[in-house]
Parts: sequence; C-alpha cells; structure tokens
Amino acid sequence: MNTKKYCAVLVGLGLVTLSACGSGSDQSSGSGSDKTVTLVSHDSWAVSKNVLKDFEKQSGYTVKVLKDGDAGQAVNKAILTKDNPQGDVFFGVDNTLLSRALDNGLFQSYDAKGSATVKPAYRVDETKHRVTPIDTGDICVNYDKAYFSKHKLTPPASFADLVKPAYKNLLVTENAATSSPGLGFLLGSAAQFGDDGWQTYWKKLQANGVKVVDGWEQAYDQEFSGSAGGKKAGGDRPLVVSYASSPPAEVIYGDPKPTTAPTGVSYGTCFRQTEYAGLLSNAGNTKGGKAFIDFLLTKEFQQDMPLNMFVYPVIEGAQVPQEFVEYGRQAPDPETMAPAKIAANRDQWVKSWTSLVLK
Amino acid sequence: MALPVAFFAVFFAYPVAAIVARGLKVDGAWQLGRIGDVLAQSDIRHVLWFTTWQALASTVLTLLIALPGAYVFARFDFPGRHVLRAVVTVPFVLPTVVVGTAFLALVGRGGLLDDLWGVRLDTTVWAILLAHVFFNYAVVVRTVGGLWAQLDPRQEEAARMLGASRLRAWRKVTLPALAPAVAAAALMVFLFTFTSFGVVQILGGPTFSTLEVEIYRQTSEIFDLATAAVLTIVQFVAVGAILAVHAWTVRRRETALRLVDPSVTARRPRGAGQWSLLAGVLVSVLLLLVLPLAVLVQRSLDSPDFGYYRALTHDDGGTFLVPPIAAIGNSLEYAVAATAIAVVIGGLAAAALTRRDAGRLVRGFDALLMLPLGVSAVTVGFGFLISLDKPPVDLRSSWILVPLAQALVGVPFVVRTMLPVLRAVDGRLREAAAVLGASPWRVWREVDLPLVRRALLIAAGFAFAVSLGEFGATVFIARPDNPTLPVAVARLLSRPGDLNYGQAMALSAILMVVCAVALLVLERLRTDRTGEF
Repeated sequence: MNTKKYCAVLVGLGLVTLSACGSGSDQSSGSGSDKTVTLVSHDSWAVSKNVLKDFEKQSGYTVKVLKDGDAGQAVNKAILTKDNPQGDVFFGVDNTLLSRALDNGLFQSYDAKGSATVKPAYRVDETKHRVTPIDTGDICVNYDKAYFSKHKLTPPASFADLVKPAYKNLLVTENAATSSPGLGFLLGSAAQFGDDGWQTYWKKLQANGVKVVDGWEQAYDQEFSGSAGGKKAGGDRPLVVSYASSPPAEVIYGDPKPTTAPTGVSYGTCFRQTEYAGLLSNAGNTKGGKAFIDFLLTKEFQQDMPLNMFVYPVIEGAQVPQEFVEYGRQAPDPETMAPAKIAANRDQWVKSWTSLVLK
Repeated sequence: MALPVAFFAVFFAYPVAAIVARGLKVDGAWQLGRIGDVLAQSDIRHVLWFTTWQALASTVLTLLIALPGAYVFARFDFPGRHVLRAVVTVPFVLPTVVVGTAFLALVGRGGLLDDLWGVRLDTTVWAILLAHVFFNYAVVVRTVGGLWAQLDPRQEEAARMLGASRLRAWRKVTLPALAPAVAAAALMVFLFTFTSFGVVQILGGPTFSTLEVEIYRQTSEIFDLATAAVLTIVQFVAVGAILAVHAWTVRRRETALRLVDPSVTARRPRGAGQWSLLAGVLVSVLLLLVLPLAVLVQRSLDSPDFGYYRALTHDDGGTFLVPPIAAIGNSLEYAVAATAIAVVIGGLAAAALTRRDAGRLVRGFDALLMLPLGVSAVTVGFGFLISLDKPPVDLRSSWILVPLAQALVGVPFVVRTMLPVLRAVDGRLREAAAVLGASPWRVWREVDLPLVRRALLIAAGFAFAVSLGEFGATVFIARPDNPTLPVAVARLLSRPGDLNYGQAMALSAILMVVCAVALLVLERLRTDRTGEF
C-alpha cells in the first residue's frame, strides 16, 4: 500500500515541525532566568514605556508582561497555574476577589520597600504582607450630561435616587457574577442597605427597569448614551455603572478631543475598589519580583499610572494629572466593605442576586 | 497513525482530562456524586434545555435559508458565482468576537434595522439565531451544494421521461441522493450551534447561556471548577453522540452515486421562477451575510483619512507593548505553524483512515478527530495551561502552544477535505504503474501526488483560515507581547474611547480581508470532489 509512503513523507515533515517546537520552547521560557522578571496582570495593565525603561535600567532586570484577560479571569487563571506560575509578580487582584487569591495560597509574603508610604485607608493583610496595595478607583454610576440637560432632569445623586420613577428605564449595569464593576455595584448597594436590605433594593431597581448586560464594554460602549462608543452604537441608557475616572477617559481618548467631559459621575453611588500586587508562590525569580513590587510603589510609577490605567495612586504625596483634576475627582465618601465580610458573603450574594435579577 | 494518536493524546485528551480531574478530584478521590448534584440544579437544567432548543432552532432556520442557496450555487451559472461562494464562507472563519460586535451593530440599537423600522433584536434569541445562520450558511452551501452540483441531472430527466411528475422525479431521484448530505450538514450546524460560545456571549446578554458559555463562566469567572468539569463531561458526551451519528451519515454518503463534473450541471437560470429564486437567494445573502460585514467596514472607516488604520501603527505603550499592527504578523506566523501541524497530523490521519485494511478502531478514530470542534475551547485552553507545564512536555511559556491549540481545530478540516479524495484514488492506477516498472516512490509522485495536491492545498488553506480566526483557546494562551489578531481585537474592544473602538473595527476589517483573500485563492483551487466544508 502506498499510503505507507505518505506516512514516511509526512512523518518526515512532522519531525521537522516537532523539532522546531523543541527549540522554540528553549528560547522563550523566561521566568527561570535571573535577569528577567515576569509580571502577570489583567488586560488593563499599562505603563509608560520610559517609566518601565527607567526601572529596567536601574534594577538590571528585563520586565516581561503577561496580560491575562479581565481581572477575575486573570486571578482565576493565576490560581489554576500557581504550582508552576507563569510569572513572578501578579498585579490586579482587587478587594472584591482578594480572599479567593489569599485562600488559595496564590501569594508569598513580602513587605514592600515603600509600604510605609501607602495611605492607611488602603492597607490590608498587614501581619502577613502577602499583597501590596497599588491603586484605587471608584465604581460609580456615570450619567450622560446631554440627556439630563435636554430633559431638564437632575442626575441621580445616590443609590436611593436610582429607584425613583424619574429614572425609570435609564440605568444599565453589569452582571455581578461576571464583571468586576457589576460586582462592585452590588457590594456598594449591600454596604448601603445592609445584608437584608439589598435584596429589596434590587427588587425595586428591577421594577424601575434596570438593564443588566454581561460586561463593562457592552454596558459602557454599547448601551450608554454618553460615551463615544455608545453614541455611535445608538446607546439609549443615560445612566451606566462605570468608574469615577471614566469622564477623563472620554476626554483623553476623544477623537476629536472634547473641551469638557460629556459625562458626569453620581458620587453618591460609588464603591471603592483597591487593586493589589503580590509575589507569586513558587515564583522563579523572587528577587526580581520583590524589586518590581518596590517599583510599583515608587512615586514615578504611581504618578504615571492614572493616565495609563485610569486609577488613582495609593501613596502619600503622589500627584494626579491635570485631566483628572479638571474632568473628574475621587468620590468624597464612597461605600467600602471589609475584605473579610466580602469573603464571607460574596459567593452567596452573587448567587442570590443572579436568581433575583437574571432568572 | 501513531503520530496523530500521540498528538491527540498529548495535546487534547491529556489537557482536557487534567482540567476535568482538577474539578472533580478531591484529595485523589473522584467525586462523581457531583455530577448528579450539578445536574439537579434548576439553573443548570435550564442551560441544558436552552442549549438544545436554540441549536435545533438554529439548524432548522439555517437549512431553510441556506438550502435554496445551496441549490442556486450548485445548479445556476451566473456572473460572480465563485466570488460569492467565497464571500459566504468568510463568516465561517471570522472570529466570533468580531462577528458578535458587527451583528450587534446591525440588529442592535442604532443598527440598520433600528434606523429603518425601529426593530431591535439584541438580547433576544432572534439575534442569536440569525448570527448562527450567518456563521453556518457556508456549511450547508458547501456540504449539500458540493454534492448537488455533481448529481447527474439526466437521471431526473430520465425519470420524467418515464412519466414521473417533476415533484415525483425529484422526490424519488434527487432527494434520496441528497438526503445524507443534508443530514450531515444539519448535524454539523447542530454541532457548531450546540457548542456556540462567542455569539451567545455577545448577543445573548446575561440571561441566555449555552453549555459552552456556562463552562467558561463557571471556570473563568465564578471559579466553580467542579460544576465546569461536570458540564464539560456533559458536553463531551453530547458532542460524541452527535459525531457518531455524523460519521454514520458520512459513510452512507460514500455509497456509490453517479457523479459528474459540476461544470456541466450548472447553467444559466431560465424562466421567471428560476430568476426569482436566484434573486431571492442573492437578497438573503446580501442582507444576512454581507450587511453585517459591511457595517463593520463602514465603522472602521468612520474617521477622516483612515485615522483608525493609521492609529494601528502607533506604539503608544497602551494596550499592548507593541503596535497593534504587529498582531497581523504574529497571527500570520502562528497560522502558518498551525497549518503545518494540522496538515501533517490531519494528512497522516486521513492516509491511515483510507487504508483498506483499516479496522473498526481506526474508523472510530475518524469520529474522535472531530471532537476538538465540539469540545469547549476554554477547557482546552485552561487544560493546556495546567497540564503542559512540566517535563516531559513543558511548553507553557513557548510560542508553539498557540499554533498547537489552533491546529487542534484545523485537523478536522484537513481530515474531512483529504479523506474523500484519498479514498477516490483508484488503486488500479497504482498497480498499473507498478506493473509498468515504477518504483513505489515514483508511483506516489506520479499517481497519488497529482491527484491529491489540490486537495492538500485546499485543506491547508482551510486550516490556515480557521487558525487565523481561532479565539476561544488562543485568548488564554497567547502571550500578550505577541497577541493574535482576534485577541488584539478583543482587547481593544474592552478599552474605553472612540479610538480603541475604531482600531478594533479596523483590525477586524483587515482580518476579514485576509480571510477573504485566502478563501478566494481556495475557490480557484477547488476540485469540487473535495470536502464537506
């Protein structure tokens, strides 16, 4: 049978391919090398090139970045691969998911050099130092300025406002089971109305026509009438759960740049989110990882962060950029929740919320 | 045979088993009781029910809309036929994230339907069904139309000559010949829609969830690995059953039919009925297939002086560490490597399956080769990460991981394209050549190679296009400093602002053009005996 001949030729080809694989893996396995430090993060990770170059020059390490999907996904994937992690440092676990990371032993202890400069409000896990706070932001309802001035309506100011008849069918939010702003908004309502009250609140929100979509992109860039993407997509919801830093982003990414932000923030609906970095258990280059975490707390990085990731610094004395001052600000009095309380309730709340709002 | 088996064992069975074990094994003991627990939940049963009925509905709708198309493409000769045939195949290889967004722009708010009639279908099941038709139209046109074009029309004419009515002649002659192909196409569409992921995620909103989407949510977002593992097993069993039936229909189709060269069966439409059928099909193709793609292109150009395209070359240190345009090069490189792997593995498998002494076991392998099409890409992606990370197979940080995952999806296409052609090579030709004194090598070169060369190229082309668009598994394993096109699109879409959105549209348009060009080249090569896709 001549099929044997095919096999011979194809096997030959196959060996070439497979040997190519072999040599490929040698070249590019990086985390074992002492000169490279590998950061695992979520898609929103960004840093100015020159700032990162400065770190590389000063420390002698080359930084490799692996961005692993959205925040929740990146955390879960890091947990799945923790025995043989993809990198040395993980950045981007927030207070809503922190317990999952810590309970699964994702991080090892390291007390970062700059940890004393972190504002006390953001510090956690201070006995074991498994994570270091890096940035903070507020999940808040954003509104479409044009809509509210056109309809001569005051934008909602608080959680309680959102269930008023004047705002019927105006709000779009994200699925709390699958999206971190969605989860933040749920936790904010739970902080505001208490362990028992939040379900009643959500029933009222639902009666008032809240729309739930899966992720932030869809809510903000498709459904929301105030964002550039939403305008284009014909979004018709003038209220959206997003971030306090979204208005500056609308200006900075605007094409052409608008002179004022087209959107505003309802500061009474905010939930504060803090993001942490940690040294991964079983990291190949712990020394480099430590140096990198130190770098994340330097003034240079902290001041570079806002325009790259649209978050606020956590250390004392870091300046925020002009656009942040002009087009937005941090919520003066956001809702917060102790990590232990989030850990104890998160999964149950999300489950109840899902059957209450989605099914 | 050994190489494909080893390939699938290491890069498919092992990773999938590893991720399932991770969910269902506690302290070394299997917790099989979890299966019952999970299946007893009303939420999960709802997902199973929805998955099944939307797949059935999608399949019926696709057949209704695409069968006339299959007929028209098979039997009518009209200008632009080949180009159009390639065009209807483009959706099939587009990344779901791009298609979902384009479709949302069409049937969602502010979309064309909304502007014209105030009709909005987003977050309804209709959007999902229509997008499924968009995706799978080509499956029916190629599977059924391919055979239809080769059925000898004279057989039907003979029946009519003998006094049968037109309907009766069609029912007694053409329908039985066509039925297995229709069944095979229907099963493929059912398989693809049963395991639908991107479409349902983008268009369905949070209330609609297929098994595949639920596996993704449970693994990646809710981190309930046990539930995800149970759902993976359920999907595995369901897909296995679908494939078993498919393999059976394929075998039936290979019963001898009198096939003729398709170029003789196609002719210019005659009479008002045929012209209006042609017009109807063209309109449906235009509305359902071309329009969403046109909206995509229009949006990518919605900036003066190709602003979104020019922005792709800027290296601003933002979303990636490289300019987005670099994703094109990465994608092409990955796709070439994936194609090489898929052609080698698929070609070997097809050769082994063609052997006359191939037993039951080998035939079973035929169906197994199709499994990657139906098994959750998320499961494969996660499985790669947790299982291929220690010696002897430590590829975790290697670039080859991406082409390997993409090749898994490409192999079924290669096998399905090569198999009919290899089986059709007449053994007597080889014997004749051998009798005349040709060496086995020469026999292969002079007899087999010329016969299969085109099929091989077509198989490679399909594997290439599919690899280029693969998203589900790639998104988990592609390295961020080397994003592929679909991954780059998804990342850009997930960032706020006009420019990112526009760049995503521009990259999508580029991807679409690359796929379209690849397919147009394939159309030129097509031998018409080949392929079920």
